[in-house]
Amino acid sequence: MSLITVMFYLMAVIAIGSALYVAASKNLVRSVFMFFATLFALAGLYVLSLADFVAVTQVVVYVGGILVLILFAFMLSGRESLAVLAQQTNRLIAVNKLPAMLVALAFFGSLAYVFFNAHIDDAAWLQDAVASQKVFTPQDVTINHLGVNLMTTYLLPFEVISILLLMALVGAAHLSRKEAEA
Amino acid sequence: MITLTHYLLVSAALFSIGLYVILSKRNAIQILIGIELMLNAAILNLVAFGKFDKINNGGQSFALFAIVLAAATTAVALAIVLNVYRRYKTIDPDKINQLKD
Repeated sequence: MSLITVMFYLMAVIAIGSALYVAASKNLVRSVFMFFATLFALAGLYVLSLADFVAVTQVVVYVGGILVLILFAFMLSGRESLAVLAQQTNRLIAVNKLPAMLVALAFFGSLAYVFFNAHIDDAAWLQDAVASQKVFTPQDVTINHLGVNLMTTYLLPFEVISILLLMALVGAAHLSRKEAEA
Repeated sequence: MITLTHYLLVSAALFSIGLYVILSKRNAIQILIGIELMLNAAILNLVAFGKFDKINNGGQSFALFAIVLAAATTAVALAIVLNVYRRYKTIDPDKINQLKD
């Protein structure tokens, strides 16, 4: 078993395990911090599939931005949301969660069934990509090429998404203004 | 050897956990975390398939776009959650049941 394989399984176990903790935890703040661990493990998985720039972006945007935002919103609306939890029972599997759990498990089962039967690793376009050497190798410097592509091939989506981000930020600032001025 | 199926299975597991969180939690912020989990599962797929596209960088570029989209969604959703909290004094989606003031 190579080091890559070990790292993949380690990251996958951390990601899924901390995601399960997020789903099962009674303590909200702790579940937010475990979500942090999920995001870091996912960044590790991105590195393992040779997308280092996406991994860094994931750490900067998700861990640095989104998670802090979530924590802020959480602290600002804290007391009431904690009170909801106090009523819950301490059993491992609460009965009212059972339908949700069944739906999630059924969904996972069907997805896994599809993936095992799709034989995606034998897909024609993947073989084609391997044959024509379009696969990333660990020696490649990917960031230069990614930057050039972002500014040429994907210029339109790039601009659209920047306008969308601007609109979202203006909208968020508008939504969270003080009521008295309105 | 790590194949694409491994990545697909990890992302399916994350997606299902996100689905469970969305369905079962009674707190708008936790539901938001569930949505983020599902988005991350999708991004993991994009990145895993993007490994096979060295020329166009399709998967990685759109993974970046998806991350930015998630940031925009979260900002707006949290602003809405704070507004709702100010008005209803709760962020339990079951208890917020009217659109009018």
